[in-house]
Amino acid sequence: MRAFARLFLSLDETNKTNEKVKVLKDYFNSVPDTDKMHMLGLFSGRKPKRQINSTLVRNWAIEASNIPAWLFEESYHVVGDLAETMALLMPQHTGNSSKTLTEWIAEINALGTKTEEEKKQWLIASWAMLDSSERFVFNKLLTGSFRVGVSQNLVIKALAEISGIDAATLTHRIMGNWQPETYHFSQLIQEQDESDDISRPYPFFLAYPIQETSEKQKSAKELQGALGDESQWQAEWKWDGIRAQMIKRGGKIFIWSRGEDLSTDKFPELHPFLNALPDGTVLDGEILSFKNGSPLPFNVLQTRIGRKNLTKKILEESPVAVIAYDCLEFAGEDIRDKTQSERRLILEQLQSSTEFPELFRISALIPFNTWKELGEMREQSRAMIAEGIMLKRKSAAYQVGRKRGDWWKWKIDPLSVDAVMIYAQKGHGRRADLYTDYTFAVWDGDKLVPFAKAYSGLTDAEIGKVDYFIKRNTIEKFGPVRTVKPELVFEIGFEGINKSTRHKSGIALRFPRILRWRHDKPKEEADTIESLRALLGE
Amino acid sequence: MVKKPLLEFTDKGIYCAEGRFYIDPWQPVDNAVITHAHADHAYAGHKHYLAHYYSKEVLLYRLGPINLQTVEYGEKVMKNGVQISLHPAGHVIGSAQIRVEYKGEVWVVSGDYKVEDDGISTPFEPVRCNHFISECTFGMPVYQWKPQVQIFDDINNWWRSNVEHNTATVLVGYSLGKAQRILQNLDLSIGKVYTHGVIENTNEALRRNGILLNPTERITPGSSKEEVRKGIILAPPSSVGTPWMRRFQPYSFGYCSGWMAIRGAKRRRAADRGFVLSDHADWDGLLSAIDATGCESVYLTHGFTATFTRYLNEIGFNAHEVHTLYGDDKELTEELKETTADDSNSAGGGAL
Repeated sequence: MRAFARLFLSLDETNKTNEKVKVLKDYFNSVPDTDKMHMLGLFSGRKPKRQINSTLVRNWAIEASNIPAWLFEESYHVVGDLAETMALLMPQHTGNSSKTLTEWIAEINALGTKTEEEKKQWLIASWAMLDSSERFVFNKLLTGSFRVGVSQNLVIKALAEISGIDAATLTHRIMGNWQPETYHFSQLIQEQDESDDISRPYPFFLAYPIQETSEKQKSAKELQGALGDESQWQAEWKWDGIRAQMIKRGGKIFIWSRGEDLSTDKFPELHPFLNALPDGTVLDGEILSFKNGSPLPFNVLQTRIGRKNLTKKILEESPVAVIAYDCLEFAGEDIRDKTQSERRLILEQLQSSTEFPELFRISALIPFNTWKELGEMREQSRAMIAEGIMLKRKSAAYQVGRKRGDWWKWKIDPLSVDAVMIYAQKGHGRRADLYTDYTFAVWDGDKLVPFAKAYSGLTDAEIGKVDYFIKRNTIEKFGPVRTVKPELVFEIGFEGINKSTRHKSGIALRFPRILRWRHDKPKEEADTIESLRALLGE
Repeated sequence: MVKKPLLEFTDKGIYCAEGRFYIDPWQPVDNAVITHAHADHAYAGHKHYLAHYYSKEVLLYRLGPINLQTVEYGEKVMKNGVQISLHPAGHVIGSAQIRVEYKGEVWVVSGDYKVEDDGISTPFEPVRCNHFISECTFGMPVYQWKPQVQIFDDINNWWRSNVEHNTATVLVGYSLGKAQRILQNLDLSIGKVYTHGVIENTNEALRRNGILLNPTERITPGSSKEEVRKGIILAPPSSVGTPWMRRFQPYSFGYCSGWMAIRGAKRRRAADRGFVLSDHADWDGLLSAIDATGCESVYLTHGFTATFTRYLNEIGFNAHEVHTLYGDDKELTEELKETTADDSNSAGGGAL
């Protein structure tokens, strides 16, 4: 655990990519192989199952810290991270431990069968033998909130450098259903892949935005300059659903979401079409809610994401289908190196032979002759329930991760309104002692009604200024929330707007964020609730 | 008639009506008693200043020509029948707690303080009193300092490693207090100490005051980049990210502050290294200092006042939160209007 805590600390201590890679390599070179796999598991989102619920952990931590519960909560607000708060509040450790990461995780996993009292004994004893940095990562493991300030790309890069296996191969090998307990480091770095994991997905190929912000509109001429000849490109709508990879291998089906969650059970209505696919097929596409042959806005799909039980009612109200746009494996063969056009042909063949054309749809190509023409088509995105247009180079292979050059997204400009900040709350993590989470309101007659929360969109310097304003213009405090003197106006952008019965304002926004601070606008000139309702398109 | 308290909290600062003087006032007044020379405690514009002798040159450097009377620790001064004396606060060189006595009643204003001996400031001494006016900048139990010897081991090791990698070392801390504390605790066998002009001006003022500081060299446009890289550069927070700092590239940049105890705060400053080194008392330090005064009541002026006041009351002190303009970190800020509400839902509580 000491080496792992040291790794965590060292990664925190540098902002330089090369140094982070070096720190990761040093770690890999110094720990047993089982620890390497556990570390990879943690860095790729395979955290151990939570064996003690967080209320108990919290209560025992309060007990160990010997402070009142309210003071623990106040401390948590200041720190912004539960694991760190607990690590800071506990008294100095009295013992030491030389257990490895593997041993600790095994102990955590073994807690499942223990009684509450045994768990408590174990936890108190464990805390007493860990120093505060070890305790911090230990608490992270325990509470299942493990997130690390280093990208998977860097971990892979370090691993590639010490193993000699290339990064794309490693990225692929650490996807799928493996567990650190059973997947061995020696298997991971073999020349020949001998994995028998039939569920393993391919790394997703992700597009770069062709225009950085909505203010920097690309003209037809600029697109010509950036992308070249129109005939080299295929265009599709950019669908607003859940990006997913669908696998049929060895008679079994698997649905993976972009977040690398195995979501097969979440979409039962897709199973018939997937089961009917030929063995050795992997499709890339978007899962959307459909009704009467038309896609529904994302918020309809949202109502069923995260539900444990898919009731009949939900399945009726939000039935899903797939819009496929790529084929990565065909007849058991990895075809990612074939060109976009070749893969498209294979996809079209597969789709034309399905008995479930309602469920297995294909992302239609948008015919266009000039960039200008395509730019005009893009204006219709919202009517198509799309977020914009995707551009894919016809000669491109299917690559790993976010790469510039061959896949571009050309999103529509966000909708926007000018709104007044009325509540503020402190952020978490890096911004734990700054007010960074704001609630915005628009006018309803002479009252301000809150309609959206937004966290991002300002620069650090602007956040500093807004924070300064908030701390000097607080009207009331309610727990962590401050009511702020209504004065600052911001332009709030969003991708979509829908009616909602759950919000006071009667509307719900999709992806609200701050576009800019309107220093030029007094609060009286902010928008009204009517202007928002008008966007509902009723 | 209700007896007026000896010290009152006014919109100009802490006021003694009987003695007709203010302590650390932020509006111009006739008579000001100054705890220490930091900008949020020593304002310009007063007609007469009383401060510790070690603050003299820094005050003159910062405020220009002022009408200044200085005293030693423990020396008694009478103002209109009220006895004033200054006692070590351990915050920075020359920092003092102000003891005020009238007709057997004693009040102490802490200014800013820390209880650990930093090796350069006169160490903090608890002063028995009836009423104690205390800061609580770090009045949260998550702030617990390690002994400074451990922190300086880390700093010296980091510096040594930078020299080995031919990387410049830039260490950031306040120009008065932190800079000298660092200077006196560095391992000078590693290399020379270079200073930003703002810090060197303060060093010079302190040397004029007779304080013995380790040798330093002011960085000028003519300083050799190669030579500077072998040493350590002490810089004030205002220099972070400026072209002045960038010219030392490649460099590793460390930040010394109590705020570095929290990971988020450390990451936000994007420092390569955050060293938890503060000139304020930590949680245990505050509690022990307040306890040692034996006071009947304690007033909390700046820092996590609400939380700390509540906790003190729970453990048996008679504590009050007061509003002042002290608190030199921008994170710490005065609350203009505060209401404590029981119903956290009445204002929407952030729910929509």
